[in-house]
Parts: sequence; structure tokens; C-alpha cells
Amino acid sequence: MSEPIIALDNITVSFKQKKRTITAVNNVSVHIERGDVYGIVGYSGAGKSTLVRVINLLQEPTSGSVVVNGTTFFKHDANTNDKIRIKNNDLRLRRQKIGMIFQHFNLLNERTVTENVAFALEHSKLSSKEKAQKVADLLALVDLSDRADNYPSQLSGGQKQRVAIARALANDPEILISDEATSALDPKTTNQILALLKSLNQKLGLTVVLITHEMQAVKEIANKVAVMQDGEIIERGSLLEIFAQPKEQLTREFIETATNIDKAIETVGHQPIVHNLAENAVFVRLSYVGKTTDQPLITRLFRDFNVTANILYGNIEVLQGTPVGSLLVILQGTPQAITNAIAALNDNEVDVEKIKGGQSL
Amino acid sequence: MSTWFEQNFPNVVYQGWSGDTGWWTAITQTIYMTFWSALFGGLLGLIFGLGLVITSPSGIAPNKTLFWIFDKVVSLFRAIPFIILLAFIAPFTKLIVGTQIGTTASLVPLSLGVFPFYARQVQVALTEVNAGIVEAAQSIGASFWDIVFGVYLREGRSELIRVSTVTLISLIGLTAMAGAIGAGGLGNMAIAYGYNRYATDTTVLATLLVLILVLAVQIIGDVLARRLSHK
Ligand SMILES: Nc1ncnc2c1ncn2[C@@H]1O[C@H](COP(=O)(O)OP(=O)(O)OP(=O)(O)O)[C@@H](O)[C@H]1O
Ligand SMILES: [Mg+2]
Repeated sequence: MSEPIIALDNITVSFKQKKRTITAVNNVSVHIERGDVYGIVGYSGAGKSTLVRVINLLQEPTSGSVVVNGTTFFKHDANTNDKIRIKNNDLRLRRQKIGMIFQHFNLLNERTVTENVAFALEHSKLSSKEKAQKVADLLALVDLSDRADNYPSQLSGGQKQRVAIARALANDPEILISDEATSALDPKTTNQILALLKSLNQKLGLTVVLITHEMQAVKEIANKVAVMQDGEIIERGSLLEIFAQPKEQLTREFIETATNIDKAIETVGHQPIVHNLAENAVFVRLSYVGKTTDQPLITRLFRDFNVTANILYGNIEVLQGTPVGSLLVILQGTPQAITNAIAALNDNEVDVEKIKGGQSL
Repeated sequence: MSTWFEQNFPNVVYQGWSGDTGWWTAITQTIYMTFWSALFGGLLGLIFGLGLVITSPSGIAPNKTLFWIFDKVVSLFRAIPFIILLAFIAPFTKLIVGTQIGTTASLVPLSLGVFPFYARQVQVALTEVNAGIVEAAQSIGASFWDIVFGVYLREGRSELIRVSTVTLISLIGLTAMAGAIGAGGLGNMAIAYGYNRYATDTTVLATLLVLILVLAVQIIGDVLARRLSHK
């Protein structure tokens, strides 16, 4: 495996306050590969922003090491107290290669769209003519050429974020950090911004670190996911792993908000057929990933085990080209038949979770 | 017409137009004092205000010692009533200007009197510059001076003009007291030649002229602040 473009190791960030110390990030290690769209999800206060601000040293960690693109930005061993920190001037140059966008856009209010983007090129070696051309190209890239002379207050949220993206891209960064960049936007605009990030990832090979509390956003564009809680990463993996086999309760919660399955369970649960569930029936949720979907499983249940399957709700997502499905189903048959059927489903890598009934199984 | 004026405003006429105690002299003295002390005191106040913001714990270059110094100097000078400051720093004034009385000599206490006031105003104005914008600038590799000039002063300029207007107006107020050290000006006209000599017409006109000056500053300040704001 190639060297990660971002390597955070044993990062701890604590804030000393008058009476107590808040540990916002607790001994976290994350390695992000070139070309990744790395999603970091977690509720408010989990420490996501603090963690990513460590990448460009907007936040200096209390201990741990930060290596970006092979350069050690920071290294502090709490035990030996040895400390290395990149020189300020070098850091400034490096930061130009790490774009960052924010929830509240953080544009310069007193500058036009063009001037906002040009501000990032203040130290560029380009001639002023080349700079102007570059700004124009960037604005074309984010589809805002017609707004070049507007001030931020004259733009919509989505347009402001696109200006921020153009600004973040001005120095041809290799990394783009997005800290809740779509949290202040409506769903449609959110999708436009996410699509833009995805295309930048694909076209320019940009590595994207995507912080969000919306699993939906992660699902759209990420290939890897980490879930944060109380300053720690409690679960991580490829998007598929996380969606298919979430281990932690919190991860499940996030996934359910993205798939609407929690709402479906509630709605379906109120239907008479579930509410007055038959004696010989069990209400289950089937989850599966990938190739399993191709097999006529439901038909087999009846043919091989004499168990009927009544599908009440189904949801199939395609994540990174792989289908991931959830079905809410009532299985009906003798207890033994149902037990056999569930075993057969498990053999086929279908996860079966009982929601109601089937106490005798 | 002129006899009517002479009859009703005898003291105003008595003061004359030019000459040591004339109206034009008083007007130019006030403008002279206001202008130069606004320049010196304003620059000093801007530096201290910027220093307070930059070195504060949430600033771009936090520094406890420097912040403490900026903070204490400003607080100290603010605590001294201006009329006492006038007398108190006379030796220092003499050192700089060569004399401790007169219009030019008054520039020293006026500058020192107005700078702490302005420093606090600047501090408040610049603290209002969104920390997120500063952070975004840092994230694209902006240098210290990029942030001072390109973010703080540029983003805060409309607010800076607003507080400068307030400061200028209170500075015009201070120049009235400078009469105490022989600086002349409209304030001195109102008190020394008007009030003290029961020359009400002189007091009224001097007050009116100060009022016009204040109003002009206010109007220009408001227009500029509005023009420069794109929030
Ligand atoms: N400068 C600071 N001083 C003190 N505490 C801080 C500071 N910055 C962050 N914290 C604390 O660290 C914890 C993590 O904050 P952080 O902003 O990283 O969370 P987050 O996951 O980004 O949350 P959100 O989704 O709301 O943005 C919080 O408890 C917060 O109060
Ligand atoms: Mg955050």
C-alpha cells in the first residue's frame, strides 16, 4: 500500500480551562490515502472539527504526530516531551496545498467573488495576468462566472460555498477538507455541492476529508468512513463495510437516518398485519450486501423450507457500485421451518434481525 | 444689515475675524488641533487596538505579556481625566514640542488623551471581524500581515470608520478643554471670551460652530461607513 497522504497518529487535543481540562480528541490515529473521500461522521461535540483542524495545524495537538504528504508538520511525544513543529513559513506554503471549506463559508464580506478567490493567490508566483486567468478558470469550474463582481451578501448559500470551493482550490491543493460544508444548505444544494466535490475528486484526484453529521452526504460520495464519539473514532472502514455491517450502536443510528429504515419500521409496524402478528409469524429485517441480491432467495424460502415471505418494505442502495439492501419481511411457517430458513439466509450472508414475534425460535 | 448685526451681536463683532482672538483663528486652531491629534492619537490607538486583538488569547499571535502591556497602558491612560492629563504631562510636552503652552503643545496631551479611547473602540470593532474569516485566511496560507491588512483592517473598515467618527467627535470635545493650556480654539472662545465675559452672543456662536463641525464629521463618517459596507 502506498504512503498515506495524511497520517495522524495518536492525536490528543486537550483544552485547558480554568477548572478542568476538556479532551476534545483522545489518542486518535487516522491514515487517509491519496484519492480517498474520507467521511468523518459524529454528533455535535464529538471532536470532528478539532481533529481535522489538526491536519493543517489550525489546531496544534497536545500530543501525537501529523504527517502530510511525507512532511512532518508536528510531532510531540507526551512521554519524552520531544517536540518538532514545522516552521511558520513552510507551514504557510503547505497550507496552500490543503484547501478547506466551512459550514458558514467564511468569505471576505468586503471583497467581490473575484477578489475573494484572488486573495488566495496573493503569494502565488503567477503574473497578474495569469492570476486573473486562473481566477476566471476557477469561477468557471464552480459555475459562477456570471457572479464575478458580486459581493458575498448578494449570493445564495450554495453560491457562497462554491466561491469558497474556488478559493480553496486556487493554489491547486492535493487535499480538500470540508468541515460541515453542506450543513447550512438545503438538500438540493447539498447534492450539487457534493456532486462538485465528487467530480473534483475524480477529475483532479483531490483527496477529500468530509466532515458531517449527515450520513446521507457520506453515502453519496465517500469511499471510507470513520465514526466519532467523545473524541474517539469508535468505528471505521470502507463505506460498504460500515453500511453493511455496522458494529456500534451509534453507527447504526447514523445509517438508519440515511436509509430511512427506522421510519419504515415504525410505519410498517402500525399496519394490522404486523400489529396483530399471527402466531406462526415473525417480523424480521433482512440486510444484505452485493451479490446476494442476485439470488432468488425469497422464492427459495418457500420452495426449500415452506416458509412464506411477505415483503412489507424494501430499500436498496448502490454504494460504490455494490447494492446494499434492507427488507422488512414477515416470515410465516412452522417454528422449525422458520429456524431453518433463517439459518439458510445467514449461510447466504443475509443478516436477519428479529423485530417482532418468534419468541419460540 | 451690518448695523443690525453689530447691534445684536456686539461681542461677536468685537472679537473680529482674523487676529489673535478672531473667529477665523479660533476655527483654524480647532481644526488644526483635531486634525493632528486625530492623526497621531489615531495611529497610536490603531496600533494598540490591533495589538490587543492580535495578541489576545483568541488572536492570530496570542502573547500574554504583550497583551497585558497593551491592556494596562490603555486602561491607565483612559483612567486619567483629560484636564489632569493636560497638566500632568506638561514636562513631557515641553520635551517634544519645546514649549508646554500653545496650540501645537496641546497636540501632545490631545493625542495621548484620545488614543486609549480609540484603542478600545478599534479593539471592539476588530473583534467583530468573524473569527471564521480569519481562520479561512489562515487555511489558505495567508501571512500575518495579509491577515492584519487584508482581513482585519479590510473587513473591519466600515466599523473602523464608524468608531473613528465617534472618536473624532469626542476629540473635538477635548480640544475645547485645551484652552486651559493656551491652545485657543472655539472651545476657548466660548469660555474665555464668551462665558467669562458674559458675552452670551460669543458663546452661542462658538457653540454653533462646534456643532456644525461635529455634524459635518458625523455626516461624512456615516456616508463613508455605509458606502464601504457590503455586509
Ligand atoms: N478552543 C476550544 N476551547 C475549549 N474547548 C473547545 C475548543 N474547541 C473545541 N472545544 C471543545 O471540544 C469538543 C469538540 O469540539 P468540536 O468542535 O471538535 O466538535 P465537532 O464534532 O466539530 O462538533 P460540531 O458538529 O458541532 O461542529 C467540544 O466539547 C468543544 O466544546
Ligand atoms: Mg465542527
